[in-house]
Amino acid sequence: MTQIPIANPSLEATAAAGAAHVNCQEFSFYYGDNQAVTDVTLDFPSFQVTAIIGPSGCGKSTLLRSINRMNDLIPGRRTTGRLVFDGQDVYGPRLDVVALRRRIGMVFQKPNPFPKSIFNNIAYGRRLYDSLERRELQAVVETSLQRAGLWEEVKDRLDDNALSLSGGQQQRLCIARALAVDPEVLLMDEPTSALDPRATARVEDLIAELRGRYTIIIVTHNMQQAARVSDHTAFLYEGNLVEYGPTARMFTQPREKRTEDYMTGRFG
Amino acid sequence: MDLRTRKLFDRSLTGVSVMAVALMALALAILLAPIVARGLGAFFFRATSEFRRFNLEQFDRGDPRAVAAETRAVAAARRPVYDMLAAFEDELAELDTSRRPALRKQLREVKEGLVELLGPPPGEIAAVMLRQQYGQTRWDRARGKLAGILFAVKWDYSDPSRMGRKVLVPRRSAFAGTRLEPLFPYLERNLKAMLRPRPVFYWRFLADRSLDSHFFGGIWPEILGTVYLTLGAMLLAIPFGVIAAVYLSEFAAAGRVVSLLRVCISTLAGVPSIVFGLFGLAFFINTLHLSRSKSVLAGSATLALLILPTIIRASEEALKAVPRSYKEAALSLGASPLRMVLTVLLPAALPGILTGIIISMGRAAGETAPIIFTAAVSVGQPLKLWETLSQPTPALPWNIYNLATEHQAVDEIRHVQFGMVLTLVLLVLLLNLAAILIRARISKKMRG
Repeated sequence: MTQIPIANPSLEATAAAGAAHVNCQEFSFYYGDNQAVTDVTLDFPSFQVTAIIGPSGCGKSTLLRSINRMNDLIPGRRTTGRLVFDGQDVYGPRLDVVALRRRIGMVFQKPNPFPKSIFNNIAYGRRLYDSLERRELQAVVETSLQRAGLWEEVKDRLDDNALSLSGGQQQRLCIARALAVDPEVLLMDEPTSALDPRATARVEDLIAELRGRYTIIIVTHNMQQAARVSDHTAFLYEGNLVEYGPTARMFTQPREKRTEDYMTGRFG
Repeated sequence: MDLRTRKLFDRSLTGVSVMAVALMALALAILLAPIVARGLGAFFFRATSEFRRFNLEQFDRGDPRAVAAETRAVAAARRPVYDMLAAFEDELAELDTSRRPALRKQLREVKEGLVELLGPPPGEIAAVMLRQQYGQTRWDRARGKLAGILFAVKWDYSDPSRMGRKVLVPRRSAFAGTRLEPLFPYLERNLKAMLRPRPVFYWRFLADRSLDSHFFGGIWPEILGTVYLTLGAMLLAIPFGVIAAVYLSEFAAAGRVVSLLRVCISTLAGVPSIVFGLFGLAFFINTLHLSRSKSVLAGSATLALLILPTIIRASEEALKAVPRSYKEAALSLGASPLRMVLTVLLPAALPGILTGIIISMGRAAGETAPIIFTAAVSVGQPLKLWETLSQPTPALPWNIYNLATEHQAVDEIRHVQFGMVLTLVLLVLLLNLAAILIRARISKKMRG
């Protein structure tokens, strides 16, 4: 752990002042009778990076996917408590899921570009709700790719199939695709677990660049990564939130014994 | 098992597989070779002067002056034949009365044979049937007809324990000593001069309508009918089938109703095609009154029902094979389920869906039973597009069966039957080839 980022005090202040974008209040999630997330109460500060860590099967991915309701596809799912985004209950009866997902982007564990051209991949989300002219769309694609640090590598081959890119490029393409719809929150579900170390470093740099512009929530099983990229860390164990705090403090002076055990590799 | 025996097993498995493939290829060759060889006979043959006269008079093709000159030339070559006939008829009155009835019968057969071979004798009023107005248009058929004139067929029932045997008796011996006797050697020697065979490539076999129930002309109405029926069936079955598959794989909540539905679809795929035909007659024509009687529309609808299960099952499998990550990516970007299906799921599943469509297209083109009661007639004109709503049509699979079994002169039109078989095989091959090429292009585009 060479560099532990110290949370920027001014950003902390913004987060404290504005209403937290995403916020769980005694939120629980069940697959049928199986409780995957238990009574989690947590504020995800705006425009900062929050990492959710924990051993496999601890419910960290479930919690992340609950935020943009990607778990809807699973039959027999059930929630209790509240999960609030921008003052609205995400599981409320009047919520528009499509609008919610437009504001909360997501990057998945394995790069999953569509089998379309690079251009069409980036433009896909925007085309869903905007009928832009070709030139405007080109601008959106360029901006998104630039933000994802991919523009220089692909600017001459926008019509190539996205599947012809390398794994790391594909993942940055997926990030660019998520950015193209101007989300407020970016959920990342172990975004580097399928990438080699160099591609991982590129994605981590990218997260650092995006910090301050988007609220980023990242699930990772790589603790160094959590330490490198996040401002806050939440440690989940068997569906329970064990400890939550600024990353610097969590990694140097954990308050809970279980957190310390996990971080030092005694279980997990 | 030690390494050597394992290797032996591996090698023998390879040997068996190679042999199986080779056997299949051989069987296919044995099946296809005669079809191709005899089917080509409908296109490449030696056409007689009658063929050229027929083409000029019925289809308005060819050089009128050349045909007229040729008609004069062959008429000159034929004149001795009719002279000999006239002379013999005069002679008949003077012959021995005991010989007369037998000779009269033989003479009638010879005259009928000559009409079939060379057309009506000069000066006779044109008959109604086209086949009585023209002689043989194909040299191979003309040779067969010549044999019918030269030899009388007798059945030998002398051995009661056996079936009757066919015996060919030369007519020349029956007419021995009469003025008709020289007719037979004359015919044999001068048939070429009387019919003037020349090789042709009759590609219009595919584009001509048929005349006098396939005695002359081509098979365009059948080809067009098959294309109408197939395309109509695809037009009806593809949207229903793909939508049903999308519903089953994406939107239907797993439950008893859906699994019952799946069982029903599988069962439907196993129903004999003749049952579909009867159902089509009872439902589309007698109940829904889609048309007053048989029609292309009713036939297409019946064929669509027949291929619907195949399309549904293939499409469902293809949709299920689309990685979940594509769907998740689309949904996470704010696509509604319907948009996700239209923009991501269906394009990604398209190669698989097309495979199902290819298979069922070949099936629809070749099915006979479903169209017997709903669409097919044995003789008909090529239909205009709007006429398909109300008119029946001839179609290749039905007409192959019909011409080979029900036609009044099955033997005379063998070349048409084989031409139709070859055309159907090639048509299905062509449809499949086109679809395979499209599929290959799409999946190549997706792989990047």
